Amino acid sequence: MKEKAKILDKEAIARSIMRIAHEIIEKNKGTDELCLVGIRNRGVYIAKRLAECIKKIEVKDIATGALDITLYRDDLALASGQPLVRKTEIDFDINDRNLVLVDDVLYTGRTIRAALDALIDFGRPKSIQLAVLVDRGHRELPIRADFVGKNIPTSKKETVEVHLEESDGIDEVLIAEKE
Amino acid sequence: MLWTKKDLLGLEYLTQGEIELILETAASFKEVSTREIKKVPALRGKTAVNLFYEPSTRTRVSFEVAAKRLSADVINIATETSSVRKGETLIDTGKNIQALKADIIIMRHNCSGAANMLARALDISVVNAGDGWHEHPTQALLDIFTLKEKLGKIKGLNVAIVGDIAHSRVARSNIWGLTKLGANVTLCAPKMLLPVEIEKTGVKISSNIDEALRNADAVNVLRMQFERDEGAAFPEQLDYYQRFGITEERLAKAKKDIIVMHPGPINRGVEMSSEVADGSNSVILEQVTNGIAVRMAVLFLVAQARETKT
Repeated sequence: MKEKAKILDKEAIARSIMRIAHEIIEKNKGTDELCLVGIRNRGVYIAKRLAECIKKIEVKDIATGALDITLYRDDLALASGQPLVRKTEIDFDINDRNLVLVDDVLYTGRTIRAALDALIDFGRPKSIQLAVLVDRGHRELPIRADFVGKNIPTSKKETVEVHLEESDGIDEVLIAEKE
Repeated sequence: MLWTKKDLLGLEYLTQGEIELILETAASFKEVSTREIKKVPALRGKTAVNLFYEPSTRTRVSFEVAAKRLSADVINIATETSSVRKGETLIDTGKNIQALKADIIIMRHNCSGAANMLARALDISVVNAGDGWHEHPTQALLDIFTLKEKLGKIKGLNVAIVGDIAHSRVARSNIWGLTKLGANVTLCAPKMLLPVEIEKTGVKISSNIDEALRNADAVNVLRMQFERDEGAAFPEQLDYYQRFGITEERLAKAKKDIIVMHPGPINRGVEMSSEVADGSNSVILEQVTNGIAVRMAVLFLVAQARETKT
């Protein structure tokens, strides 16, 4: 990995999340029946921040859960190392709610496909929307995000690294070239 | 921490890190059984074979439930009605199952070391569901998982294991697992039910139940295996209950929150009183629930290891 360029800093990330919070409220015409589910790990932190922003705007608590998609991955059967299974925590009913799925980076779309399969096992939301901090393109499945923090055109040789306070001690989005 | 072993044969062969990985993975799997749809597609297309040479309901059913919640297909072979009766050897049976392109064999056998032998002969995964007096790793893992869930840690805990240690694979696996994770283990049993040289494993021995319970954070009560009685080796049931049975009077002298475990099935009035078995210190049914999560974790990990091997 070399030549890291900083695409977003702390302030830019905060502004993006605040804007997405406004967009979520606007699109759903308020926060009734709204809930957020973050994809482990960093999607969960972003979902929690979104919930805080929405609370600031609408003065309402939004149910927020965490989803681990490991068991639904389509590459589980391939020889691609060994994923760690982490906890799924959705302690509210998702039936008939407008559910916003949250992740840090949208890339091939396969993670989202797995997340959709996992969510359907939990119930039947009225709608599922997708919010991501970064959309880097190169989709391999017919999936798009409803809310995007920043579109970052990349080549497949590059990697996008999202660092968040909660997991990495710093808020930043970097782009790096694979050696 | 990466899981690399295609088999789970015993806790003797695992590192502290590997045991902790199973426990952590099990903690994640526990949530699946609380869903309305209790199933994830992780082992879709995999076949698990329950090969039981000894009667067992709870372990076999627990493994079957675990495999099905991972979407694996499960086949049960009861050896009484199979070609084993015609004299087929264990290795031949295993190779035939492998030729059917099954992925995991879950085996219970009355000979110590049977699972190790089968695992060496096959490329597919072997999970030991109890072999003779040797090991019953998933039972010990679920005991340890339950303890950790209740008390938050294993290191430094005082755990008493009471009962027929000599004939108990559950005790052996627990001793390996608990000592590797830093617990202090005390065994309490009539002398004739203690294996020779067991103190070499680093455990303490006590022949007085009140003494063994005094500082214990948990007590794991083993089943008296009267069905294995081969003559004079066993004490009378009543005499055993009076000397070693866990009763409310005995618990009253122990730590207030002492955890009482039992691998089941319970002989009420032999190893413990009914009041204790159903009392507030007992976690016996939680052990059963946790057994599913632990076995899901084990099946998932050995199946993954097999895939990274080739």
